[in-house]
Amino acid sequence: MSPLLQGVLTIIIGVGGCIGYFYFSNILLDKVFFPDSGKNAARNITRANRVRPWLFLFPAMFALSLYLVYPVVGSFWRSLFNRSGDEFIGLGNYMGLLDSPDFHTAFFNNLLWVVFVPAASTLFGLLAAQLTDRLSWGGIAKSLIFMPMAISFVGASLIWKFVYAVDPDIGLINALRDFFGMEPLDVLQLAFWNNFFLMVILVWIQTGFAMVILSAALRGIPEETIEAAILDGAGPFAVFMKIKVPQIMGTIVVVWTTITILVLKVFDIVYTMTGGNFGTEILPSYMMSFMFRDDGRATAVAFVIMLVVLPVMIWNIMQARKEMK
Amino acid sequence: MDNMAGQKSGLVIATNLSVIFMVVLWLIPTVGLLVSSFRDRDQISASGWWQAPFSVELAFRTRADDGEPQLIDGRYVIEGNIFETEEVQEAFAEGEGTITAFGTRGAEPGQFPAGTEGETRDGDLVTINPDGTYIYSTAEEPGRRAPRIYFQADTPAEFTLFNYRTILGSAGMDRAFINTLTVTIPATIIPILIAAFAAYALAWMQFPGRGILIAAVVGLLVVPLQLALVPLLKLHNEIGIGQSFLGIWLAHTGFGLPLAIYLLRNYMVGLPRDIIESAKVDGATDFQIFTKIILPLSFPALASFAIFQFLWTWNDLLVAKVFLPSNSESWVMTVKIADDLLGSRGGDWGILAAAAFISIAVPLIVFFAMQKYLVRGLLAGSVK
Repeated sequence: MSPLLQGVLTIIIGVGGCIGYFYFSNILLDKVFFPDSGKNAARNITRANRVRPWLFLFPAMFALSLYLVYPVVGSFWRSLFNRSGDEFIGLGNYMGLLDSPDFHTAFFNNLLWVVFVPAASTLFGLLAAQLTDRLSWGGIAKSLIFMPMAISFVGASLIWKFVYAVDPDIGLINALRDFFGMEPLDVLQLAFWNNFFLMVILVWIQTGFAMVILSAALRGIPEETIEAAILDGAGPFAVFMKIKVPQIMGTIVVVWTTITILVLKVFDIVYTMTGGNFGTEILPSYMMSFMFRDDGRATAVAFVIMLVVLPVMIWNIMQARKEMK
Repeated sequence: MDNMAGQKSGLVIATNLSVIFMVVLWLIPTVGLLVSSFRDRDQISASGWWQAPFSVELAFRTRADDGEPQLIDGRYVIEGNIFETEEVQEAFAEGEGTITAFGTRGAEPGQFPAGTEGETRDGDLVTINPDGTYIYSTAEEPGRRAPRIYFQADTPAEFTLFNYRTILGSAGMDRAFINTLTVTIPATIIPILIAAFAAYALAWMQFPGRGILIAAVVGLLVVPLQLALVPLLKLHNEIGIGQSFLGIWLAHTGFGLPLAIYLLRNYMVGLPRDIIESAKVDGATDFQIFTKIILPLSFPALASFAIFQFLWTWNDLLVAKVFLPSNSESWVMTVKIADDLLGSRGGDWGILAAAAFISIAVPLIVFFAMQKYLVRGLLAGSVK
């Protein structure tokens, strides 16, 4: 069967199955298990209403537990075994990682990414949001800066491969160097700094995201606070730094953490641009280098990523709970 | 605020200029890709894409085989037009260029300026004029093959669909495109319904443990996918799904659910309480309220999530690499580009550009057509 046909069939089965499940399970509940007529009608309705939320939740909870909760446990468990998975070696894989210089490189580079990408994206996003705010063509400008969000990391990497190409007739950077009479340079092989050339790609993508959210937050600032500051003689720069930024600090933090989480997951850029060579490995790409070869190591790296994400996760949950109260 | 005190006109100009600068900076890489994808391979390697509208000086080699040798004053003379010679005929089929220089050795194709007379090491005399007419005179009788000539010509800028034809035809990108589409559509549609029911329960039904479940969804939003790869692939192999389209649909469904539930719940919780309560008073069941009232009213949120999930699954490389079979039959576009084209056609920039553009064209269309919903979804998903 061709995959396309299989796809159509899956949509029908999937969607039909969902509707069928919800429809018939509700009927079953109301008519068979707890009939809403007869002598216990009132009690049955209460009972049915107690069960119903779980009917609604069941498919989602099942999928979430299987595809996201179980893997956390399963990965950790697997990471305690050796390469072939038949011998329990405790923290052996983690010890192996600590001894491996490649892991150190990946971890250190990832720290650079986590510091630089969210900072630069948020900064540029804030700048773009503020500058386009009252501009007549601000909408178009925002659209264009936002556009890279739609492009895949692989596509974006290819776009930037052109920019970084060594040939001065292809790569813009080397064309500029050539113009000023300098020798062509492969920026992707430039030790240490090549990491930043890779980060630029993600900053290019994420600035639009930061801009859109911060722009909405800027719009939400009460006009009176700004007017009052202007009447008190504050210049545009002071208004921005002392009135606007403090008021949207909460949003800035959200944007910052969202991008931080993303940084810890993106393996595509490093994989496509350098394949992790020239000292550009980061944890997600390092994990993929073990995938299909050494599941013990791969899951150990994945779990390290999880540990790094954990504080943000806890913080997110605490924020969510605070809002609900 | 344009007329407000404290806003100077100089500042307005500076703002405009810096926004223009930023937009140009952000656009340049993509524009470069787009322009390159329409350029001829020789032109790409001869001049930058920013010079694409201008003619390019390219080097050619050919043989002086247009015109028969004639014996004049003891020397054999061949007269003809260089653009008509066999080896370069095709390159100049659509329009003639201008000869800038010529030479007789491959190492120095531009040894003599056009219109002058050059002499080879064997004492042959060659003249090639800018319009392509040439005179080649030699003391010895030319053999079966006419003598070699090298020349440089300004060829007019040329835009072609050649790269797109190659990539969609022989290179197999068409197959990858279909595969991407096959992965994306079910993986976008299936989670929506599952999530919508769960979101309704979390937003409008009272039951013990609701708060914990919502917190769990928020926590699951940030679980790194990397953790899921090894255990789930093993699971898929054990229950017989293996690496297949069915496997990737299920995986994408699972991975997309936290965001879907979170977005939809946040939206549904904001719907007016009156409508739902009066429907309950009228005797509507939860199922009816959900399908008749909540679902239609939640359309904007459903659209937001659908766009997210579509972009995410279309652009995904990681999940496709792990959950789809690794043969070329099942490659999606991202895998095709990253694992195949970058290796096998690494230096063929025109082909790479065309491939990249094919893979980003659909998301770009979706993006510009439905930006409103995308922005709304982003705002609902992060600012609270």
